Amino acid sequence: MSLADTAARFGAGRLAHRVACGLIFAFLVAPILVIVPLSFNAEPYFTFTEGMLRLDPEAYSLRWYRQVLDDGAWARGLANSLFIGVAATVLATALGTLAALGLASRAMPARRLVMGLLISPMVTPLIISAAGMFFFYSTLGFSQTHLGLVLAHAALGTPFVVITVTATLTAFDANLTRAAASLGAGPVTTFRRVQLPLIAPGVVSGALFAFATSFDEVVVVLFMAGENQRTIPRQMWAGIREQISPAMLAVATFLIVFAVLLLCAVEWLRRRAGRPAGA
Amino acid sequence: MASPLTRPSLRAAGLALPLVAFIGVTFVVPLGTMLLRSVYDPVVADALPDTVALLREWDGASDPGEAVYAAAARELVRAREERTIGRVASRVNRIRGGLRSVVVRSGRRLLEVEDGPWRAALIDIDADWGDPRTWHAIRTAGDRFTTRHYLNAVDLQRLPDGAVAPQPPERRIYVRLFGRTFVVSLGITALCLLLGYPVAYLIAHAPPRRAGLLLAFVLVPFWTSLLVRTTSWIVLLQSQGVVNDLLVALGLIGDDGRLAMIYNMTGTVVAMTHVLLPFMVLPLYSVMRTIPPQQMRAAESLGAGFPLAFRRIYWPQSLAGVGAGSLLVFILAIGYYITPALVGGQSGQLISNFIAFHMQTSLNWGLAGALGGILLACVIGLYLLYDRVVGVERMRLG
Repeated sequence: MSLADTAARFGAGRLAHRVACGLIFAFLVAPILVIVPLSFNAEPYFTFTEGMLRLDPEAYSLRWYRQVLDDGAWARGLANSLFIGVAATVLATALGTLAALGLASRAMPARRLVMGLLISPMVTPLIISAAGMFFFYSTLGFSQTHLGLVLAHAALGTPFVVITVTATLTAFDANLTRAAASLGAGPVTTFRRVQLPLIAPGVVSGALFAFATSFDEVVVVLFMAGENQRTIPRQMWAGIREQISPAMLAVATFLIVFAVLLLCAVEWLRRRAGRPAGA
Repeated sequence: MASPLTRPSLRAAGLALPLVAFIGVTFVVPLGTMLLRSVYDPVVADALPDTVALLREWDGASDPGEAVYAAAARELVRAREERTIGRVASRVNRIRGGLRSVVVRSGRRLLEVEDGPWRAALIDIDADWGDPRTWHAIRTAGDRFTTRHYLNAVDLQRLPDGAVAPQPPERRIYVRLFGRTFVVSLGITALCLLLGYPVAYLIAHAPPRRAGLLLAFVLVPFWTSLLVRTTSWIVLLQSQGVVNDLLVALGLIGDDGRLAMIYNMTGTVVAMTHVLLPFMVLPLYSVMRTIPPQQMRAAESLGAGFPLAFRRIYWPQSLAGVGAGSLLVFILAIGYYITPALVGGQSGQLISNFIAFHMQTSLNWGLAGALGGILLACVIGLYLLYDRVVGVERMRLG
């Protein structure tokens, strides 16, 4: 085989790889991006009208956004989602950070078992968690209450906090705590002045994960929420099930913007913690 | 190894304790109560205690005798007063179809009967009371602890003589459903690997600035609401949707030949692959980032073609990522509920959707618990494997 042949062949291979990756990236992102222009459709269709393709300003409108803003159900859904999400996140972050501090210690007994138990809500099929929680919280009288959903979502969110904080702690230099102690700081001062500032990015990104989990959770909500606890995902579920309306595309666009903001926040925190993306 | 009773270990355990207790109460106990329901059901035993007790003495074939009829008549009337008769009827009906109305109607009509003999009275209300199979159904439903939901969940039943036999062909659903769930999940895992591997490779060996940008293409869908992504696929794939319109405009299909790509298995597979692909790419990427690219260049400069160098040098080192990603995607896929429920139509339903059906519609919570128990056992098995191969603490997010 001549050198030119080899080069040509590898060039072709590389090109094919690039093209395939381009298509796969398109598969990942295009379905999400398509929603955005369609949410400005002046007609009640889910596809691009001829006017939209001609970029005729008449073919675009804010009517679906107005409809969402005028519909009290979406506003109530947002209020419920925010309340349940924030309360569950506070609970999950506090408990998860404490547990991660324990788990990061080499002295932790039954470390592997405890870790497995604490991560299990993340991998258990949601339908099973939701069914179990429905039975249990109903007997306690917590179903159809905000409290029940906060507890359920906190349980589902804790694994994310445990994972991110543990990951930050493994990168943590234990000598810093020892140095603080040798300089006379007690355990509480050491935690507050040395450990906490260093693990803060991990704690905050864990909290963001927990919030995103609650904010997007629908299965437990389907089983446990009453009319007064309807969240945004629950509203969307009803919309998809019954009659999908273009107003949902407006809500979806809002959620996409929200997701991008969350992602930027998590990446920024990751960079601050000095870890490369995806690690 | 520190002794478990030293101070640091007590301190560590104390820090973890609040969350362990919280997860125990809000998560593990609820799962336990659900699994208990799959083997424990006291409704009939509590409502018809004497009837069930007398039936235990019965030989199962002959006439059960006036004492049984009298007890049943008394307890059915009481169950009606206590409003438990509907729940009794639905449980008996699950053992033998058609008995729901017999039980409910008898409870109502017995009010008009002042006195025995109860055998004649009951048979007068419904001839089914003369059939030993009715009494057999009540006796079976009267077991507090039962294996029948689990038998049911694997398409078996217990015959009146106590032997275990397959369900009649038209009621054999669940083994095939578990099989379908496994096959579909395997297919989705394979698709994710096929699509995720080249992408992870590209990102892992791109210059840092470009890698960050490319990674955003994976992370944006990862962070985007699941319901938004599902809505997108409906918008794209429905018969009047973007993809069909595009194909018609390009002349690839006629306007009357629009493809059915959603509300069926195709919809489930496409949407689930999209949802789970980031879970494959991210672990692959973390492993591939640690493989020095010089090794491939060295192999190729020594005369190995790309395929050989890839097979001998790169692939073996990336296997840890392949294992981690595939296991994670498979675990998530076999329990998936939302996407199949919304875009799966009739043919694209998986085991989780049937659990939801029995929870919400048929109200056969025992069967829902048994199907959930089997699914949970599979997931726990895979989770332990994951812990062994990858380590749960190394699960990486985004």
